Amino acid sequence: MTMLPEKTDKKLGLVIDLDICVGCQACVTSCKEWNTSGYSAPLTDIDPYGADPHGTWLNRVHGYEAGEGREGRTVHFPRSCLHCEEPACVTVCPTGASYKREEDGIVLVNPDTCIGCKLCSWACPYGAREYDYAEGVMKKCTLCVDRIYNDTIPEEDRIPACVRACPTSARHFGDLGDPESDVSKLVAKREGYDLMPEMGYKPVNKYLPPRPARDGRSSAGAPARLSEPQHTQPGTGTTSTADKFFAWADTVLSR
Amino acid sequence: MHPAYSVILFTTASGAGYGLLALVSLLALLGVIPPERWLGVALFGIAFFLVTLGLLSSTFHLGRPERAWRAFSQWRSSWLSREGVIAAFTYIPAGLFALGWVVFGNISPPWNIAGWLTCLCAIATVWCTGMIYASLKTIPQWHQPLVAPLYLFLAVASGGVLLNMVLRLFDRPADIAGGIALAGLAGAFLTKFLYWRSIDTASDTHTAEQATGLGTFGKVRQLEPPHSQPNYVMREMGFTVARKHAVRLRFLAVLFGFVLPIAATTFVLALDASVGLSIATSVLAFTSMAIGMIIERWLFFAEARHVVTLYYGAQTA
Repeated sequence: MTMLPEKTDKKLGLVIDLDICVGCQACVTSCKEWNTSGYSAPLTDIDPYGADPHGTWLNRVHGYEAGEGREGRTVHFPRSCLHCEEPACVTVCPTGASYKREEDGIVLVNPDTCIGCKLCSWACPYGAREYDYAEGVMKKCTLCVDRIYNDTIPEEDRIPACVRACPTSARHFGDLGDPESDVSKLVAKREGYDLMPEMGYKPVNKYLPPRPARDGRSSAGAPARLSEPQHTQPGTGTTSTADKFFAWADTVLSR
Repeated sequence: MHPAYSVILFTTASGAGYGLLALVSLLALLGVIPPERWLGVALFGIAFFLVTLGLLSSTFHLGRPERAWRAFSQWRSSWLSREGVIAAFTYIPAGLFALGWVVFGNISPPWNIAGWLTCLCAIATVWCTGMIYASLKTIPQWHQPLVAPLYLFLAVASGGVLLNMVLRLFDRPADIAGGIALAGLAGAFLTKFLYWRSIDTASDTHTAEQATGLGTFGKVRQLEPPHSQPNYVMREMGFTVARKHAVRLRFLAVLFGFVLPIAATTFVLALDASVGLSIATSVLAFTSMAIGMIIERWLFFAEARHVVTLYYGAQTA
């Protein structure tokens, strides 16, 4: 049913810390590894060993440069489904294959009823949905719905594969609808933000901004910035014999 | 946006087919077109052929065509589903009206109810087609108030040109049909002109800084894409036509889609030409229009830029 639920009991989602993501792609491969045999199985690759390999992946990590000069920085930017509160990808679906779960807010595609019209991927501003050319249906992040409620795996594994795999704890999973949850507190503390809030789809996943650059040099007693090199060597910018002599003298006396 | 040939064929063919259905039923009910058997066979035959060709073509765009029937279920939220429902339903009144016309030679009550319904449903179907695109906020070039009216005008224009041609071929009075074709063409031309002006002058509303939320640090540039080869998102949503080609193609779309059909239709209307010349000119108008519509529809997709490209190196969208 592609009408959205009035409200969901929980708002399960991810919090992604752009300050500490190192772009190692562990979440990407872990996601693929789990999901190619999970709810969305298989995640097909096309021409994997050929000249134009591409395939269905539910999580991608971009690398951006933001800002210029000393204030500029490299940001590793994981991107997957944000499990929006009001997702247009669900309402445009003509078949009801796309739906938002009332109990936890997870947005899913039923691979048995999807007709592969691709309209949902047109409606998503975040590029979260990837069409599986071999299966003819749309695939997307399931928030590892087949892990988080799975009694047959150890309790510490009952979180999305990407969160489990992250070696720097840049990814967090929890109920963002509960203001007392760890993820909600983290978002409040770090001023987590929405991607493209102007689209109005109210993403559940939040991004934590990179922290301001810390200047470790000053605390070490070193100057914040190296002083300009001094042109005191003979022959650099001076021409007269007297100037050269004084420059030489200055150099010798400065030793 | 990637211009899929199946979708281009679907929207142009079914647009002309539903335009023709709407005009045929309306003009017959108003007594402008005589309900003659063979004329009816030709008109409904062409309309059903185009509509069916379009709908079949649209299923080739699907990954799972055998499940297409499921698209009838979500009409409460989805314009695509609404289009499917109304498009399929239109066969019922249109089939009944054609039955009354062709078999019983009767379009008076109660057959006329089917005629009015046909006209209404055909228009509604085309409106839904336009709304599928106009409702997508992610594509600023489509999310425009002019898009749905544009689809409607183009359907009336192509249906009118087609109706004019068939009436000329049957040597029946075609001046009103010709006039409607001209009005449709002029309306479509004007709407398309305003549409192009609108998308050319509108400044981009979304930026890479907004998409990533990293604008506080300054300009955002792509450093490393997440994959070495284009993925589905880039193949489907990343297609943009080179500026130079867009200008040339717009010229060809205007020439074949509007200027030539308008000139040819006006020529037939204004001059008391021989039957042979009238037929030749109206066939020319239709052929030209068909070429122009395909170029116009290809451009409609190719000129549309999706906001997801902001994650893949586009600075604005």
